[in-house]
Amino acid sequence: MKVNQISVFLENKSGRLADVTRSLADHGINIRALSIADTIDYGLLRMIVNDPENARKVLTDEGFTVAQTEVLAIEVPDRPGGLGGIIDILSAKGLNIEYMYAFVGRSGEHAIVIFRIEPVEEAIAALKGGGVRILTGDELHAL
Amino acid sequence: MYCWNADVECMDAGELRRLQGERLRETVKRAYDNVPFYRKKLDAAGVAPGDIASTDDITKIPFTTKEDFRESYPFGLFAVPLQQIVRVHASSGTTGKQIVVGYTRNDIEVWSEVMARTLGAGGTTTGDIVQNAYGYGLFTGGLGAHYGAEKIGALVIPISGGNTKRQLQIMQDFGSTVLCCTPSYAIFLGEVAAEQGIEMSKLPLRVGFFGAEPWSESMRRQIEQSLHIDALDIYGLTEVIGPGVAYECMGKSGLHVAEDHFFPEVVDPATGEELPPGEKGELVFTTLTKEALPLLRYRTRDISFINDNPCTCGRVFRRMNRVLGRTDDMLIVRGVNVFPSQIESVLMEIEGTEPHYLIVVDREEGSLDELEIWVEVSPGMVSDEVRRLEAVEKRIIAELESVLGLSLKVRLVEPKTIARSEGKAKRVVDRRDLGQ
Repeated sequence: MKVNQISVFLENKSGRLADVTRSLADHGINIRALSIADTIDYGLLRMIVNDPENARKVLTDEGFTVAQTEVLAIEVPDRPGGLGGIIDILSAKGLNIEYMYAFVGRSGEHAIVIFRIEPVEEAIAALKGGGVRILTGDELHAL
Repeated sequence: MYCWNADVECMDAGELRRLQGERLRETVKRAYDNVPFYRKKLDAAGVAPGDIASTDDITKIPFTTKEDFRESYPFGLFAVPLQQIVRVHASSGTTGKQIVVGYTRNDIEVWSEVMARTLGAGGTTTGDIVQNAYGYGLFTGGLGAHYGAEKIGALVIPISGGNTKRQLQIMQDFGSTVLCCTPSYAIFLGEVAAEQGIEMSKLPLRVGFFGAEPWSESMRRQIEQSLHIDALDIYGLTEVIGPGVAYECMGKSGLHVAEDHFFPEVVDPATGEELPPGEKGELVFTTLTKEALPLLRYRTRDISFINDNPCTCGRVFRRMNRVLGRTDDMLIVRGVNVFPSQIESVLMEIEGTEPHYLIVVDREEGSLDELEIWVEVSPGMVSDEVRRLEAVEKRIIAELESVLGLSLKVRLVEPKTIARSEGKAKRVVDRRDLGQ
């Protein structure tokens, strides 16, 4: 039900993002989605990749600090109000969205959005109750 | 040439040596009789107080160090009962423990006298208005300058440090003629004055006494131009008495040591061998009149050299060159002593933090010293959320600020980006222009 996301600490200096993408490419790892949260001095690069375990190892060997977190990949109807319906379900339960970003690729008529929600188990129950489909890691990587 | 106490400052050289010998004998005897630490140290070295007849014998006496203060914390080096102590001051030590010093009423009088000479050497008289922007408190700067100015009979504005707008307002409204503060703060004042369009050349401010941190000739020129004053260097350290140990005359070429109260030596920091005038080494001071805390051959860790050529001002006191550096890794930032070991011990206490850090001191923007600590992130600190990193950053800042008593910045950097060197790690990058 949950998908592994890896987060990489990056200083804000030129070439660091390229170092990450090059290392992953050299090891045949595909980046499926990413977002960056940044401050003046540094950023956190969050990624969904096809092989998170290997990605983590590759980047750690390259000297990066990597963290692994579980996030939800949620099908969002690709029409006006589609995302709003999902957010309504979560806010009705008082669940907090830490962050979210779009996944490259579609599931039929649906867009896929990566959500980090706390607490995650309650979020899963609420979304399922609302008829929302949550993709597993295998389903996501098969797209 | 201005001189506050010409009878002493310009006394006969032979008479000064005789006086120093007499005072040294008394000091050694008093230290031996009243401070178990000194008795043990001298006994261990096989030196009896009677072996010290004149200053020529001073090299027989073992050194006293910063560590000795730490081991005697807080009052172990005092030579008089606490009933006779009227004041204490303190400065930061290497391990977070303060170096504590005490003063008898007479010590305060001596301190006032040497600070009066310091301020007098720049022409300060009863007619002056002294704006004292050194910090008041445990730091010796504020009260040291204050008592010296009062002894002269000048009007003192005990404004203490900070609040630059108010400093400039009062300087204009009260007509301050003398300024006392750290040199970096003087530069900052000059810049803010320029920003505010204050015409310093039209103000009565005439002279400033700057110390408590290292500075350079180029900073002197900058201060003199921006504030339209004469800028004089003053030297002192808490352990010896505070400011007033040595001071510049208007000749501005080295600082006269108040030799009737403090005997200077320069030694090779590695061997402890005494070095002749002109040769750079570690400054060592012996107090000649201090009652509460006599210091025998105290290793200052400041690098300088002695100039024993006569000065045009007529003072008999030998000059020390402005401090050229340190034998240890101590930094002085905005007048506050900072030891890398203090920063290291704070970082070790914070969970998930690696003891890999770099201390960067800069003086570019606004000209006040800026302290930035680079800390390598560790896996324990990184998650998927920025606010977790920010929380770690805030905690490091809060703990460092409380230990150092200084505001600072923390910068989180990637692992392995701070250079590891063989043996001693490079912990400090000092970008301030402190060259000559």
